[in-house]
Amino acid sequence: MNTERLVRIKNVYFEYGKEPVLINVSLDIAKGDYLGVVGPNGSGKSTLIKLILGILKPSGGSIELFGKNIEDFDDWEQIGYVKQKAASFNPGFPATVEEVVGANLYPGKNAPKPGAKKLRERVNEVLSIVKMDKYGRKLIGNLSGGQQQRIFIARALINSPQILLLDEPTIGIDLDSQREFYSLLERLNRKMRITIMMVSHDIGVITQRAGRVVCMGDGKLICHPNNSRSEISGILKKVYGNTMDLIIHDH
Amino acid sequence: MVEIFQYGFMQRALMAGVIIGILCPTIGIFLVLRRMSMIGNSLSHVALSGVAAGIVMGIYPLAMALIFSVAAALGIEQLRKMYSEYAELAMAVILSAGLGVAVVLISYAKSINIDLFGYLFGNILTVRPEDMWLIAALGFFIIAFVGLNFRELFYIAFDEESARIAGIPVKRVNLLFTVLIAMTITLSMRIVGALLVSSLMVIPVATGIQLAKSFRHATLLSVIAAETAVISGIILSYYLELASGGTIVLLSVTFLMLVLGLKKL
Repeated sequence: MNTERLVRIKNVYFEYGKEPVLINVSLDIAKGDYLGVVGPNGSGKSTLIKLILGILKPSGGSIELFGKNIEDFDDWEQIGYVKQKAASFNPGFPATVEEVVGANLYPGKNAPKPGAKKLRERVNEVLSIVKMDKYGRKLIGNLSGGQQQRIFIARALINSPQILLLDEPTIGIDLDSQREFYSLLERLNRKMRITIMMVSHDIGVITQRAGRVVCMGDGKLICHPNNSRSEISGILKKVYGNTMDLIIHDH
Repeated sequence: MVEIFQYGFMQRALMAGVIIGILCPTIGIFLVLRRMSMIGNSLSHVALSGVAAGIVMGIYPLAMALIFSVAAALGIEQLRKMYSEYAELAMAVILSAGLGVAVVLISYAKSINIDLFGYLFGNILTVRPEDMWLIAALGFFIIAFVGLNFRELFYIAFDEESARIAGIPVKRVNLLFTVLIAMTITLSMRIVGALLVSSLMVIPVATGIQLAKSFRHATLLSVIAAETAVISGIILSYYLELASGGTIVLLSVTFLMLVLGLKKL
């Protein structure tokens, strides 16, 4: 088993009904990676995340998580998930930040539930990481979009995951909050060595922020981390059109 | 005032009322926040057909109502899977089926109409000792289940997909919870009546949510709103000779209007 490889996706095929959504996709994610997955809407990015999370089952191919076949994998606290804010919750829900973050500390059916004191300590710890420790008692619906997304990062961090999967996390969030959000992700990746896989249709952000970039189009990986930056740039221009200028930073 | 507590039927009605005053909003808050308020209405109509079947067959009506409503709850879960894009359709189908069976059975045995009236609208005079024990025993079980699984139920209501990813056995918890909804409705029929039971699951919650500072706080406020309406409703219905269910629900609506009005000031 290669302990450095957290996720291995091999020749994965997935279809909704008879419509192919992912076609022969292969991808590895290693510990410490900051992987960006870009592609237009409907290219299969979110499906890829849902397959890794076990929400969907592949029609063909295999997925390994932490060296285990996904069918046998049960260490789900190693994986944190942050989804689109809009899809995350009903903003009128009367729940505090502490309640939302604490709910995710679920040790599994065989482990004892955490006591109230331990739960509160852990919640405060992760809220400090995302610099939201003063907001624990606030109703989550009363926070701004950017603050809510930081709370959802805290929620994902409460189980001390090794990898964070983010699905279009900054949709509907203002630009300043987006910048803060991406700085937080970089801090988690560099200082806490948390592996990140972020899916977005926002090509500019992904190519600026992520260490490695893969791009998807029509259910296929059309560029790979091994492609050179200029190759990626050329492929993306084909997918998104020639009107865009691409700035790719090396990390 | 004190003399009403000396009557056995009032003691039973109040004890049963206190229990359902906890049960209905405790279950109801999860229903409201998951936008499933209609399920109470559907299951209560099925419970009514169970009562009618019990009376026709000479079997303890609440036991029959319990069997009917639990079976219907499982049926709704099944139908929701088959019509996943139209979840409310499952509830409408079950409601219609329940009401259809009830009407057929009632027309079959016309003489049972008077007994049924109490089940329809609630009647504190009709809470028998065996009803009280059933309400107490199952009520304790339901409250214990919710207490032990509060965080799981909260997480599923807040964000079902993330709850599943966190490892919570969402399917199993949902199935058990649906059975508990059916049980709560059956137990509450004696006091609030089949036609009004879902109101007691929804209106106190609507009041609690308006003032809540957290989810636990919302639950507590909903229980306080329901208990106040149930206890004062039972006492009022005794003195004014009114149907207890209607009195309780009207008081609940009054509290809600007061809270909404005060918030606007």
